[in-house]
Amino acid sequence: MSPDKPPEAPAVSSTRLVLTLALAGLVSGVAIIGIYEVTLPTITANKARELREAVFKVVPGVTQMQKLVYKNGELVPTTVTEKDEQPVYGGYDADGSFIGYAIPGAGPGFQDIIGLLYGYKPDQKVVTGMEILENRETPGLGDKIYKDAEFVANFKALSVEPEIIPVKKGKKSLPNEVDVITGATISSKAVVRIINETHTTWSTRLPQPGSEPLMTKPEQAADETK
Amino acid sequence: MARNEHEAYETFIKGIWRDNPVFVQVLGMCPMLAVTNSAINAVAMGGATLFVLVGSSFLVASFKQWIPKQVRISGFIIIIATFVTVADYTLLALVPKVHKELGAFIPLIVANCMILGRQEAFASRNTVRLAVMDALGTSGGFMVALFSLGAIREILGNGSLFGVDLFGEHFEPWVIMILPPGGFLTLGLILLFFNWVTQQKDKFIEQVAEAERVASDG
Repeated sequence: MSPDKPPEAPAVSSTRLVLTLALAGLVSGVAIIGIYEVTLPTITANKARELREAVFKVVPGVTQMQKLVYKNGELVPTTVTEKDEQPVYGGYDADGSFIGYAIPGAGPGFQDIIGLLYGYKPDQKVVTGMEILENRETPGLGDKIYKDAEFVANFKALSVEPEIIPVKKGKKSLPNEVDVITGATISSKAVVRIINETHTTWSTRLPQPGSEPLMTKPEQAADETK
Repeated sequence: MARNEHEAYETFIKGIWRDNPVFVQVLGMCPMLAVTNSAINAVAMGGATLFVLVGSSFLVASFKQWIPKQVRISGFIIIIATFVTVADYTLLALVPKVHKELGAFIPLIVANCMILGRQEAFASRNTVRLAVMDALGTSGGFMVALFSLGAIREILGNGSLFGVDLFGEHFEPWVIMILPPGGFLTLGLILLFFNWVTQQKDKFIEQVAEAERVASDG
């Protein structure tokens, strides 16, 4: 009973109080389910499109893709989503010949988990591109890992042999070195570390260059990310 | 009818300027400081708040007779939370990039005391028409405040407005402005300016009154 409550507030049975709130909750629930159902297709389509665009960006020349999972010692194409799966995406050109993988990786950054996707050509053992998918890095500093075009360009033809090494800005001389960003050292080193770790995991799982899984059902490639 | 028109207009305009929720009442500070590091984020946040506030005020004012006083706060919160969820999903579907930037601050609109405050202090005691005008004014004022802070911080901290570069490549961004300290600094300066204007206005009114008194005495 707050002091500023209007004095005319009449006594109401508790049944009515419960009923009012139950009714309000019911209406609210129906409204929320409604908006969820209405927006779900758009949200799913947006996510799938974002992923496709990222894959096409990190592996240049790709026009089709399919999801691949590592099962029983080999990499197999799949269209279903499983819990805790660790997929990679195979990129193919218009004729269905294999170009490269797009491999998602994640790890701790400066503030929170950085999620990224990088392109990898197994025959040349090079990273072909890198795209940040998720991050909470500091605006203006850490977010340069995707806003700084110079830094992103480091990953366009980056050798992973023996591993990627972060060096001070302007010191990059070898094909496996990355210029870190001044003012965002931790974030840029985190990106390098995530790619190195993910590469270590996947290098044993990926098949020999030349024996990659073939593109299946090319006309439905667009839907397989769901 | 003319009086009604005037009253509605007054209700609207007082939220924008005289009782501006941010600069005068200093409410809604959490989103105010957190999401104003760029103009587009600020406008999206303002838009979402406007939708929630106008929707809730409309419903609260319409159903005020049926909401028992004892459970009114819970009722308001249910209404507000529903609108917030609708805004959350709509932004996620329409502008996923902006939604990503705003992150947790969209669901947190529920906790914006400015919105609950308007329901309790105004919408539950006035007609639907006035409640909507009041909601429009208050959220308009909130949006003006968010936008001015967001624009100042983006221009100084990133050299751009709505993502469009303003100064060319030789501009050295004042990064601190888009970090949290920049928010506090800018807000503090704006509040200082607002209080200074109010003070000058009071002084002016006093001087006029003094002059009139002297004139009538003489």
